[in-house]
Formats: sequence, structure tokens, C-alpha cells
Amino acid sequence: MSSDIEVIPEAAVPAAVPARLEWRVARVLSVHDETPRARTLMLDVPQWPGHQAGQHVDVRLRAEDGYQAQRSYSIASPLEGATVALTVERLDDGEVSPYLVDELRPGDGLEVRGPIGGYFVWHVLVGGPLLLVAGGSGIAPLMAMLRHHARADGAVRAAIPVRLLYSARTRDDVIYRTELEQLTNPPLVDVTLTFTRESPPTWTGYRRRIDNEMLEAVSWPPSAAPHAYVCGPTSLVEAVATSLVELGHTPSGVRTERFGPTG
Amino acid sequence: MQIEEMRLDGNAAGGVLRDVFAHDMTAAIATCEGCGKMGPIGALLDYAHGMGVVLRCPTCDMPVLRIARMHGQFRLDLSGIRWLTIPESTSPDRTDAMT
Amino acid sequence: MTERPFIARGFRGRRSESAEGHRLPPGQHETEDFPVLSAGPTPRTPLEGWDFTIRDSDGRSARWSWDELQALPHETPTVDIHCVTKWSKFGTRWEGVSVDTLLAAAASQGVGSAPFLLAFCDGGYTTNLPVADVMGGKAWVAFGYDGAALPPEHGGPARLLVPHLYFWKSAKWVRGLRILPSDSPGFWEQLGYHNRGDPWREQRYRGDP
Repeated sequence: MSSDIEVIPEAAVPAAVPARLEWRVARVLSVHDETPRARTLMLDVPQWPGHQAGQHVDVRLRAEDGYQAQRSYSIASPLEGATVALTVERLDDGEVSPYLVDELRPGDGLEVRGPIGGYFVWHVLVGGPLLLVAGGSGIAPLMAMLRHHARADGAVRAAIPVRLLYSARTRDDVIYRTELEQLTNPPLVDVTLTFTRESPPTWTGYRRRIDNEMLEAVSWPPSAAPHAYVCGPTSLVEAVATSLVELGHTPSGVRTERFGPTG
Repeated sequence: MQIEEMRLDGNAAGGVLRDVFAHDMTAAIATCEGCGKMGPIGALLDYAHGMGVVLRCPTCDMPVLRIARMHGQFRLDLSGIRWLTIPESTSPDRTDAMT
Repeated sequence: MTERPFIARGFRGRRSESAEGHRLPPGQHETEDFPVLSAGPTPRTPLEGWDFTIRDSDGRSARWSWDELQALPHETPTVDIHCVTKWSKFGTRWEGVSVDTLLAAAASQGVGSAPFLLAFCDGGYTTNLPVADVMGGKAWVAFGYDGAALPPEHGGPARLLVPHLYFWKSAKWVRGLRILPSDSPGFWEQLGYHNRGDPWREQRYRGDP
């Protein structure tokens, strides 16, 4: 560990992980359809200890006969808020996501446990530059990072440039599209979209899966030592992480979170 | 559907690892007994089997950490870890700390 | 922590209604899917390099290449399968060679008998069970599923099929059996899963009667 890292007093930084993780019954406050496939659930979680951008919760569903299923979902809300937002994408033959996207209603209870994670987390105190690469619903934890960045003190924020590269099937599948447009403020916050299935007729941007050439064009050079976070379908995450290392980025500077297969 | 497309990583095992270790383990750095490579537990490959947690080394596929849960007990096989470095705190100023 | 389990309103999961004429072991739910569960990456062994071996603890062995295995009599069992993660699937159709055939051939080649076996597989997976549980028409080395070649994600080119026990005993990517005088816990058994695994007695974990 380098001796010139500034030590931040513990009390100045909210605890990322409390002592004991209990299952709690959260109440669904509201639901918001982001795209035809994805919905954000706003949850009120009793005694929520707060969280860091990038962390997730485990969600558990139990049926009356004792059958149960459990999955993890990234927290999309910034740490500065009181409610916990989860953005869930429906997998066609999924067991849990169709229930969360299609069935769950405001007023319903939902068992959650968290916040979880100390590796795939980012805070302004970590610094930048910040490179975010998302595929599909992988944008959720990266959005928590972007929202946290947007709420940081002006001087702190100005010292941390952010570049987001976001791969979606079509324009209609871009989750948080309007908010991303509002947050776009180059060169401080730069958002690049690429569409893999269908793009608008007037689109002049990328129209393919993320590859080395695109990453090299969008990202900083390895000499800038960006903090990179890659999240989305497993195949995308592994390809992008491999590409970033091939382009010369230090493996320890590239953090990954795999979401499994796409729908 | 290829098994490799379905795999997750140590992040997904974060909840059960918290149950076992009463501490975040995803940021802990493990040295693989099989190939000697070091990396965060969050970057290990999780095949999400259902019978237990099996986290494998992304370089050599060795099971680094295995956990099963039954009859009120956790049963762990840590023989795939040679050394384990666990940060005392997961405060943001320490998230990039490496040995 | 909640004392009564919280029931998620309207959640059923992916389960189907129980079919007539099949029995579910205790604690199981029927599914029409065939979930792909794996504890590791899919091995991809070319058939030219594939073989199946039965070896005793004195080192005597019998070995079959892929072609030699295919030349043995094939059977086409239709069986119910039960996974310890609580799903059961009825009426699955397989093609393979009976383990009885292989054990008899091994015995005729001087391979000794013993009460236990450890199945070993590409990728390092192992599972143990009593030899009696693979005799008498109860087990196969299976290479066909649902009328086609067994796909790699389900254990192809060949897997062990022992449907009267929990399905983790039906080792995917099987390459042979070690015949042993004492029980030697395999991959999941080392972590506390049952050495035998009878779903009708709910033998999920060590210590279950």
C-alpha cells in the first residue's frame, strides 16, 4: 500500500457494510417502467444503514408452500438518498425477474438483505478518472456511481472526469435515457451509446458490440490510470475486461460485475 | 445456453460470504493455491450451482473457495486459498488498497 | 429478523402443476425445464481422446475408447430425475450402456470388486456411492438425451446416470469409476452432502438417516 494515500478519518465516511446483515421486509413505495423490459422499484427498507455506489442487495421470494428463490440486484440509487432503488430487467424464462417486473405492486412487501459488496464500489474519495462500461441492465450500479458523482461537492466533482460507454439493443432499451442526457456534460461527464440491434435512422454513433477499437477511442489511455467498472451480461463483461487489459490497463484497475445471461 | 455465459462472480456470493465471515469478503485478496495468481474474491468465477458456493480462479479454474450450508452449519473448503488478505475496513479510501 | 416467514404475494416460481402417475419424493417440486447446473466450466474432450476406465485399488483396470463403448449394447431408459436443489423432472429419455455391462466386462478382465466407488470426471468433479447402487439395472453411462447426442452443458459426451439417487450422483463428463474398499467422499460429499443420496429417504446431507 502506497504511503502517500491520504487517510480519511473513519467518521467522515459512511460505513459501507454494517456489522450484521439481516433479511428485512422492504415496502414497495413506487414502480417506474424504464423501458419495455426494465422497471425500477423504489423501496423503503426499514433501518437501512445506507450504502455505497456499486453495492447490491439480495432479494428473496418465498411461496406459501415453502418454495423459495433468491437473486442479487444492484442498487441504482445514490448513497445520498433515503430510498433504495432497484432496476430489474425481465429475463423471458427467469424465475424472479418476471415477478419483480410484472407482478410486484406498490404496497407489497419484498424481502431484501444488504447492502452487500466491498469490491465493486466507487466513491468520489477514490478519485478518477472514472471509466464506466455497461451492457443492458448493467447500467444500474454504474448509475448509482454517476448519481453519486453528480451530487458531490463542485470542486470534488470537477476533479473527476467520467466516461460512460453503454451498450443497449435499441434506443428504447436505454435505461435512464433522459437522465443520462441531462447528466451529459463533456468533458466532465461524457456518455457514449452503442446500439447492437437497431439504431434510429438519424443515428451517427456506434452501431455494434463493444470492441477494442471502440474502447480505445472512448477510454483514457492506460497512463491516465482510470478506475474502470464493467457491468452487464457475463459475455460482455468478460470481453470488455479482457480488451481493457489488452489495451494496457492494469488488471487491478478494472473491476467487474457479471449479471449472467441476457434475456 | 453455455455454462460460461451463465456464470457470475464473487460479487454474487457476497451475501453468503457476509453470513459466514461477518465481514465483506468481496474485496479480500486471495492467492490461488493452484496457480499462485492473486485477485479479489469479487473477481472469482461463481458458477452459481445451487448446491453451494463454488468460486473458481479465473486463471486456472481451480476451486478457490467452496461453501455449503446445511443443518444450521456452514461447511467450508478453503484449501484453494494459499493466502487471504482481508481489508479491515471497506471505507472508500481503502477500496483500492492492494498488498 | 422476522419470526414467521414472509410470503411474497403471488409468487409461484417456475414450477408446473404435478403430473398424474408420477410420484414426487419428499420436499421436491416438479419442473418441465432441465436446469443447467454446473460447478465449473464445461470440459470439451474430443472423442478421439476420450476413454472410460474402471480401476480397482490394486491398479487393475478395464478401459473403453469411445468406439468400444458405442459397440456395447445400448439401452434407452426413461426415468424420473430428482435434484437435491428440489426440482424433479419426470419421464426423461436417455440412451447409454448399462453399468452392469461395464462392471461384468471389468470383472472378466480381472478388475477386483469392492463395496464403494468414486466416479471421476473431466474438470475434476467426483462423486461417491455404493457399488450396489449402480448394479441391477439402476445405472448407465449415458450419451444420448431426448433422442439426440447428450449436449456438453448436460454432461456430454457421456455422464453417469443413476436416477434413483439425487442427481448430483449422475456425474457429468464422467471418465471412469474407481472401485474402493472404503467410502471416499467426492466433490459435494466433502462439503457435507450425503454419501448415498436416496431422495425417497431425503438423504440430502451427511447425518440424514
